[in-house]
Amino acid sequence: MNVTGLRGGSVPALAGVLLLSALIVQATGHSPDSALEAVFRGALADGPALTSTLLATAPLLLVAVGSCLAARAGVFTIGQEGQVLIGCFTGAWFALRLAIDGPLLLVVTLLGAAAGGALWAGLSALMHRWRGVNIVVSTLLMVFVAQQVVAFSVGQAWFLQQSKGDKAVVAPQSNQLPLPARLPSFGEYPSLVVNLGLVLALALTVVSAVVLARTRWGFRLTLTGLSPAAARHSGVRVTRVTSLALVVSGAFSGLAGALMLASPIGTYRLQPGMSAGVGWDGLLVALVARGNPWTCVPVALGFGALRAGGSFLSATGVPFFLVDVIKALVVLALVVRQP
Amino acid sequence: MNDIEIVLSSGVRLAAPLAFAALGEYVAERAGCLNISVEAMMLGAAFASVAAASATGSATLGLAAGVAAGALIALVHGTLSHRARVNPFVVGLALNTLVLGLTSYLIASSDFASHQVTQVSVPVLRDLPVLGPPLAVERWPVYLLLGLVPLTWWLVSRSRWGLELRSVGENPEAADVTGIHVNRRRRQAMLWCGVMAGLGGAHLAVGEVGSFSQNMTAGRGYIVIAAVIFGAWRLGRTLLGCALFGLADALRLALPALGVTLNSQLLAAAPYLLALVAMLVFVASSRQPRALGQPFERGSS
Repeated sequence: MNVTGLRGGSVPALAGVLLLSALIVQATGHSPDSALEAVFRGALADGPALTSTLLATAPLLLVAVGSCLAARAGVFTIGQEGQVLIGCFTGAWFALRLAIDGPLLLVVTLLGAAAGGALWAGLSALMHRWRGVNIVVSTLLMVFVAQQVVAFSVGQAWFLQQSKGDKAVVAPQSNQLPLPARLPSFGEYPSLVVNLGLVLALALTVVSAVVLARTRWGFRLTLTGLSPAAARHSGVRVTRVTSLALVVSGAFSGLAGALMLASPIGTYRLQPGMSAGVGWDGLLVALVARGNPWTCVPVALGFGALRAGGSFLSATGVPFFLVDVIKALVVLALVVRQP
Repeated sequence: MNDIEIVLSSGVRLAAPLAFAALGEYVAERAGCLNISVEAMMLGAAFASVAAASATGSATLGLAAGVAAGALIALVHGTLSHRARVNPFVVGLALNTLVLGLTSYLIASSDFASHQVTQVSVPVLRDLPVLGPPLAVERWPVYLLLGLVPLTWWLVSRSRWGLELRSVGENPEAADVTGIHVNRRRRQAMLWCGVMAGLGGAHLAVGEVGSFSQNMTAGRGYIVIAAVIFGAWRLGRTLLGCALFGLADALRLALPALGVTLNSQLLAAAPYLLALVAMLVFVASSRQPRALGQPFERGSS
């Protein structure tokens, strides 16, 4: 089996994407050279740039690996964005409302976020089991409900809205997380900082890959995905396996939300729209990686670098949205090439 | 106009783009394509219509360009998902990302003149109480619905093409055995969806608003999918769903001005919640096309 999941054909496909993007930049009267340089400077050039790439990578990787687990069981879910948001929401609730001090608060925040994401995905699993509701559609619809849940919670003084100081006007956002609920960073190298979130994401990637390849549950999952009928005949409880896969992928997405909330990218507070497309991007990462957790690592790094580098684009006059174009083209190029 | 008329007329305006696109998504879903790229079709069409209107100075030509853009996206979708056999959800998702990125990118580096199709005031209708102003004074494309709704109904429910289309959505294997080219029918349904969603997006841009702004469809494509589900894959109920969602949106915008405090997040989530509830109620009675969302490949089952 091909370990990376990507094939030789990927290189010309990616070159084509790069060329096409350069053409778009050129055609709109900007310089492709300086755009490329800006992305590089923002993503890879030095310690701070690498730090922001790694920060952006961690939640993407988690969402992607969760999606891989679901995809392996044959469950196609597109609700990750909503699960990430609900993860942010429940994580923030635990971090701000529980009277716990010390490292335990961080643990509770992370677990709370994972539970929130799992619950949100679990609702879709339940609707599928009870009434045969299409999982693709229900997970999609729940994204928009999740957005309103977060918008509501930070708009209510009694719920999660920032508490009033001297000013009468309060922004629709929560208070900042207390210090113990924030993810610590390691290795104060010359400005290269590795956040605990990345370590967590990598560890869970390894665990997931090993579970898929080496354990009985991983085998059941793969068998169910390959042929539900064969799985049923060999005594696998198919619905239970697929529901659990969906819930676990929701937990991964929820945890990804906590990684954003409790790190500098989320400025340590709950805000509407704070998921910033990480759920969609993570799903795209999993698609490009063709459901292989190992492959998710380099792909997530690539997407993370694009996210980090994209913020430097605007300085060259090239709109930030070029990054989204490149991402979509990469997905199409890599997915279409494969038979 | 009094308050009710204001809410009703903004409801009609918000529902019209949804109704156009829903006519397309309804056909696509009856053929078994769960097309999640309606959003891309509407947004791409909205952009293309404003760009073309600005270039030619004619809002009507803009509308046509929007339809062409919707059709183009449908062709890409159909080719990738039914010829290259890529998972249709993957294609839809990638297209949504691509079109959102591309239109946001292009609008940030261009400047379009504003154009809008003309408003028509229907003589007798406008004198009706309450319903008069909302229905009688509209941008003219709205009245296209009067022809397109029966046409869609006839195509799907009464024509031979529609019969084959429905068989493709219910049981592609059987349709294949009787000599129907399953994936060709699905590409045709998708094309119809592209044209209609394109019309919806273009109507939103050069009809209602007159200009393009970044992500101006803002999830309307997803609401359209919700409307078809809410309508339990029937045309009449699907359009009713669009009207309901348009009205909910109009209420959300109007309530603060009317001095009523109803939670705006709840109203914004209402279409999606309604669709979820409708699915819980209706899906079990299996009105959903049986092969919905399942790619067909000859000899695969």
